[in-house]
Amino acid sequence: MTRAKLPAWVDYGLAPLLTLAAALGASSLAILAIGENPWAALSTLAGGAVGDTSGIGYTLYYATNFVFAGLAVALPFHGGSFNIGGEGQAYLGGLGAALVCLALPAASWWLVLPLAFIAAFAFGAGWAFVPAWLKATRDSHVVITTIMFNLIASALMAYLLVNVLIAPGQSAPETVTFAESAWLPQVTPLLASMGIEIGPSPLNLSFPVAILASFGVWLLLWRTRWGYEIRAAGLNENAAAYGGISLARTTILSLCLGGGLAGLVALNEVLGAQHRLLLGFPGGYGFAGIAVALMGRNHPVGIFLAALLFGALYQGGTELSFDMPDVTREIVVVIEGLVILFCGALESLFRKRLEAIFA
Amino acid sequence: MDELVQFVSILSATIRLAAPLVLAALGGLFAERSGVIDIAIEAKMLAAAFAAASAASVTGSPWIGLLAGIAAAVALALIHAYACVSHQGNQVVSGMALNILAAGLPPVLATAWFHQSGNTPALPSEARFPALDLPFSALAETWLWLDLLWNRLIGGHNLLVYVAAAAVPLAAFVLYRTRFGLRLRAVGENPAAVDTAGISVVRLRYQALIIGGALSGVAGAYLSIAQGAGFTRDMSAGRGFLALAALIFGRWRPVPTLLACLLFAWVDAIQTRLQGVEIPVIGFVPVQLVSALPYIVTVLLLAGWVGKAKPPRTIGLPYGRPR
Repeated sequence: MTRAKLPAWVDYGLAPLLTLAAALGASSLAILAIGENPWAALSTLAGGAVGDTSGIGYTLYYATNFVFAGLAVALPFHGGSFNIGGEGQAYLGGLGAALVCLALPAASWWLVLPLAFIAAFAFGAGWAFVPAWLKATRDSHVVITTIMFNLIASALMAYLLVNVLIAPGQSAPETVTFAESAWLPQVTPLLASMGIEIGPSPLNLSFPVAILASFGVWLLLWRTRWGYEIRAAGLNENAAAYGGISLARTTILSLCLGGGLAGLVALNEVLGAQHRLLLGFPGGYGFAGIAVALMGRNHPVGIFLAALLFGALYQGGTELSFDMPDVTREIVVVIEGLVILFCGALESLFRKRLEAIFA
Repeated sequence: MDELVQFVSILSATIRLAAPLVLAALGGLFAERSGVIDIAIEAKMLAAAFAAASAASVTGSPWIGLLAGIAAAVALALIHAYACVSHQGNQVVSGMALNILAAGLPPVLATAWFHQSGNTPALPSEARFPALDLPFSALAETWLWLDLLWNRLIGGHNLLVYVAAAAVPLAAFVLYRTRFGLRLRAVGENPAAVDTAGISVVRLRYQALIIGGALSGVAGAYLSIAQGAGFTRDMSAGRGFLALAALIFGRWRPVPTLLACLLFAWVDAIQTRLQGVEIPVIGFVPVQLVSALPYIVTVLLLAGWVGKAKPPRTIGLPYGRPR
């Protein structure tokens, strides 16, 4: 399909906003079908997300997960691979982080935290490696293999949590709470110690890490030779291969880095908020990353903005379910699905109209 | 004798667990043979399970429930078709969108309609498909072997199990012995040739996706109004992906797909019995490993280590007439 060039503000600003409006419009219909007032629901949602410092804290806390999950989809996407395995990679990342924390209960934070960070990244990358390697060497369909690896990951983690890592004398499949030296500092007490009072939230230092990761992905993709090779391979395999770029290397590199970024979701969830490993902790963040990446047009800046939006939706959705008992927080999942549909699959529907007007 | 009874009860459970997989995998087969990736089988099953349970709960009729389930799944299939066939959108993205949408919408609607935190009310037996007794069942009861064979293995299942059994030869016939089937297979292999012959690619793919949706719809209804009694949150529990794995394992052909479904269902049936049982040489086998086996095997197959899976040639590629 040939694409006319749109002005940047239309391509990166108006188009995503239109798709968001369409998704919100469609979910308003769902809310209307339930018999609630969509406008009241949306304003409750917005109020819950940014109404007070606690709400903002939660919004940024959720956004941290979405930044990592979105980057995990976007980076391989530039290399021509569709990574649907973020969910499983995040799960394994949690395992890596937890193993370090459990193995070094008495170590101080400057040893545990960097090691846990590395382990989360490495385990996520490792879980992406097999599908990546199979794609590179055996031409296996990476979408199907990453889906299968999500399912294998949840079986593996269920086994480990139920039989191996479970806290002794407990029936819930979760590890013991880590030593406090392995907790990523949360923002609320940190600011309180400086005399700034904000409402409680699990927002922690992985938020700045997520910003750094976004910058790192930008730097890698647009300012390094590896990034150039990844993008070239994604744009045109044949031309890239002809130019001397190893497609096996770009595939494995981009998917493994993506897997590692997905693994960093554990940084926020396991080290920053829960302080132990829970059954099913990724809870759909990996899948939400697809929506975030699509909406953010696979660019780190766009992903960051889309992650903020989805963080607000998640936090607002929780608030909404408190205020309107008939609306469950899954309404946010519905909006997420609609965003993927409108931003991704039905993109051309909007684009044709925009091209008719602006190009 | 006890072992025989147990053996038959495992086989019988295998059949009951295989039925929704067979229906869903055949649905996926139609879609994928026409060249459209169908990773949204899970979505269609889940939406159908919810719609069927809701309709059966309100009307008290399993038949209306079944129709509602089929309608819900076909509606999702039509969205997929509209996005991927009409607008040539990305099939994987559209499939994921539907999966996420179908994970979110049923709990929202169930909470609003039934006020039971994402579930539908438990269905009374007259709103479900009951287990059927075959003719002469009383006669067969007099001899244990015949009782096991006639009343436990062949009989004693609900109607949709027999629908699933009939769907396999029917699908094979449609696919390999009818004009429609020939065109359907051709459109997955070489849509340009089909287009050149004056046959509409768009129309064929819509038909394929609608058939696929209807079959997945029956599979979803099976979960909530035949096997189960009402919808519970996430009740498809990955069966749509298992069906997808079976479809790939069956190399996109009806009978091998049936065998793959039976194999996966058998693994499912024995895994609870394997818990805590020591197998000679191997020792204790974790249940989770057993349940992950179908997925591991599918990956090995896609890697080409246990036979080669050859998908329809143009699967995943949208077709647009060159201008």
